[in-house]
Amino acid sequence: MTDPNTLSPLDLETPDKTFLDANELVINMGPQHPATHGVLRVILRLDGEKVMGLECVIGYLHRGVEKIAEHRTYTMFNPYVDRMDYVAAVSNGLGYCEAVEKLLNVEAPPRAQYVRVILTELNRMASHQLWLGTHALDIGAITPLFYTFRDREEILKIFEKYCGARLTTHAFRIGGLQYETYEGFEKEVKTFVSFVRPKIDEYEELLTTNRIWLERTKGVGKISGKDAIALGVTGPVLRASGVKWDIRKAQPYANYKNFDFDIPTGENGDTYDRYLVRMAEFRQSLRIIEQAVDNIPEGPIMAKVPKVMKPPVGEIYHSVEAPKGELGYFIVSDGSTQPYRIRVRPPSFVNLQALDVMCRGQLVADVIAVIGTLDIVLGEVDR
Amino acid sequence: MHAFIQYVQSYLDSDQTPGGAGNVFWAIVYIMLVFVGLSIAVIAMNWLERKILAHMQVRLGPMRVGPHGLLQPIADAIKLLLKEDIIPAEADAAVFWIAPFIVVLAAFTVFVVVPFGPTHAITDMNIGILFMLGVSSLSVLGIVTAGWASNSHYPLIGALRSSAQMVSYEVAMGLAVISVIMMTSLNDASTGTLSMIGIVQAQLAQGEWFIFKFFPLGLIGFGIFAIAMVAETNRAPFDLPEAESELTAGFHTEYSGFRWSLFFLAEYSAMIAVSSIAVTLWLGGWLRPFPNLLSGPTWDLVFSLFPGIAFLLLAVMCFYNTARMPKHPLFRVQTMGLAGFGVVLALIGLILFIPAVRIRVTDIFWFAAKVAGFMYLYIWYRGTFPRYRFDQLMKVGWKVLLPTGLALLILTAVVGMRTELWAELQGAWRP
Repeated sequence: MTDPNTLSPLDLETPDKTFLDANELVINMGPQHPATHGVLRVILRLDGEKVMGLECVIGYLHRGVEKIAEHRTYTMFNPYVDRMDYVAAVSNGLGYCEAVEKLLNVEAPPRAQYVRVILTELNRMASHQLWLGTHALDIGAITPLFYTFRDREEILKIFEKYCGARLTTHAFRIGGLQYETYEGFEKEVKTFVSFVRPKIDEYEELLTTNRIWLERTKGVGKISGKDAIALGVTGPVLRASGVKWDIRKAQPYANYKNFDFDIPTGENGDTYDRYLVRMAEFRQSLRIIEQAVDNIPEGPIMAKVPKVMKPPVGEIYHSVEAPKGELGYFIVSDGSTQPYRIRVRPPSFVNLQALDVMCRGQLVADVIAVIGTLDIVLGEVDR
Repeated sequence: MHAFIQYVQSYLDSDQTPGGAGNVFWAIVYIMLVFVGLSIAVIAMNWLERKILAHMQVRLGPMRVGPHGLLQPIADAIKLLLKEDIIPAEADAAVFWIAPFIVVLAAFTVFVVVPFGPTHAITDMNIGILFMLGVSSLSVLGIVTAGWASNSHYPLIGALRSSAQMVSYEVAMGLAVISVIMMTSLNDASTGTLSMIGIVQAQLAQGEWFIFKFFPLGLIGFGIFAIAMVAETNRAPFDLPEAESELTAGFHTEYSGFRWSLFFLAEYSAMIAVSSIAVTLWLGGWLRPFPNLLSGPTWDLVFSLFPGIAFLLLAVMCFYNTARMPKHPLFRVQTMGLAGFGVVLALIGLILFIPAVRIRVTDIFWFAAKVAGFMYLYIWYRGTFPRYRFDQLMKVGWKVLLPTGLALLILTAVVGMRTELWAELQGAWRP
């Protein structure tokens, strides 16, 4: 057995001996497995049902997105970022566009900013709905999946009407938006908000007080705020551990500082708290969307950006609060039309590191629950 | 010919089961009937589960093969039979081969003693319920061998979970069953019985279903059994052995085609089997509602109309949906198929109104209707509940159900004894 304290700065509760010194059972979970959300491979070392340790093997979906960027112009690379976290493509686009805008030293006009916020928050809800459905499915509740997908459909319809794509939207351009909103956009978003609000209560009704759901999620996959920070975990997973950290408030981007919203946090850092935090984020997103739709200004949607973009020599790091956590872009420019280097800080990849810490000493079924609650997208982990 | 009809007649009017009469030929006929009926029930259950679950989940379910997917189970069965039969190279071929047969055998054999009516059972054993519990627990053996012979990790864990689960829940199940057997001994006409038919007759004689006996003791016993039976059949929310999100498919991960379909068949017939136990023990078996309170020929007539009415209602549903089918040439065959299905249902309904048929079918109908209620519960659970974790499952079994079952046993004994004493005292006071 390997040294259990290889992750020394963390307080790991590691079972160092199997029961009656039995042989460890090594199980290969994935890359083809119904609950690993894509092509994650987890090598589990088990003592019966108890997890002695685990190791993630990633890279099955590696497409070299960062390398591709070095051979594309800034504009050409924009659609590629949608393919990283494909369930939250709009957030990816927002992060990239804002990073390049910062590099070019331009700012998107107010109307574009508002539309960006509306679409990003809609996308956050779509991402959370997909998370909720699959997470519940992993724990064995098959019905919420269909409810969430029914309502996610309405968001995708808005995306489709706005930019023609449902999933990999490429909704934003560097400097603003390519498309003006369609006729009746505001009204449709408002209708959606009033449509989806009771639906969120409906999801909660199935799960929040469900005895089995509580038993399966409470105290499962615990991570303390200290460990979470040490591992670089961000997003709802960090907030559920009681750390009030949200890039939207901490380092406001777009025009999030104009909106009134709360950062929901948890206390115990277990799976149930992460569930509650995300459910609360649904409602906060609705609040932001309502404010944005009510105050959306008229005006241009595109700032003045050159046709051929040659950002000045330099480097930039810009991060946004994607549905899964802090999504950062580090761009190095050598003054040419193509970035010298792009490095993405994907929230899923960093959060996945916490899997081992969360799962040690727990049962096989908990590993599934924790993978679900981390809300990882393998497209983003592997890039 | 006349002799043959008389022979059939003599049997139909007999008041014994084929086993009881020692008539091997009739026993074989009954076995065939039960087997065919069970297969049809499993096929119907397959379709119904997919449809009902689908409607709970805001979707339509199978719609393509046949009208409203009615032929889907048949298409699935054909697909399964035509699939390649794989035995993994590392598997223990002989054990791998034999495991599904053990499971199926256990699931089907229990139906030997299930009473569909006072004489509608293959045989009536004096240890009927014991036989049922004993044989149905044999399926654990099949599951363990299946998991072990696959020589693969997921099936192994599935089999371990399954055996632990089934063995633990059998204890609670047994305690609940014993409380019922105690209740039968309070009968004036006879002492306690283990016979399935005897248990139903005891309920008739005592004038109440055992679920209402010594309220709430009967209800608690029923509750324990109702939970344990879901665990016993490995269904949601206790479907850990085949938890698809954790163990891909549990003990039958390595099985495919025909062998897999045997597991499927066994699972569904086991569901029907435990539901029949629950119905027989607590819900009055084949007895229609209020057999004592609303007795007499008029009420008999009214209740014997129910089977026909039920089928006619199904036929009306079919015709209603036929009228709602899209009016497009592409849907012509499907529309006609649905209408034809409705006509068949209506014909069955009409046949069930014939007095000679009506009298003989009404018991079976009430039994089947109660079992169908349980089947619906199974589907409903699956649509509603998340899955328990293994240790929680064990906790529920050993720390909740078992103590409750023991307490129930003692309470039933105390209450039962007191009632008998009470009756005796009353007798002493008023000779």
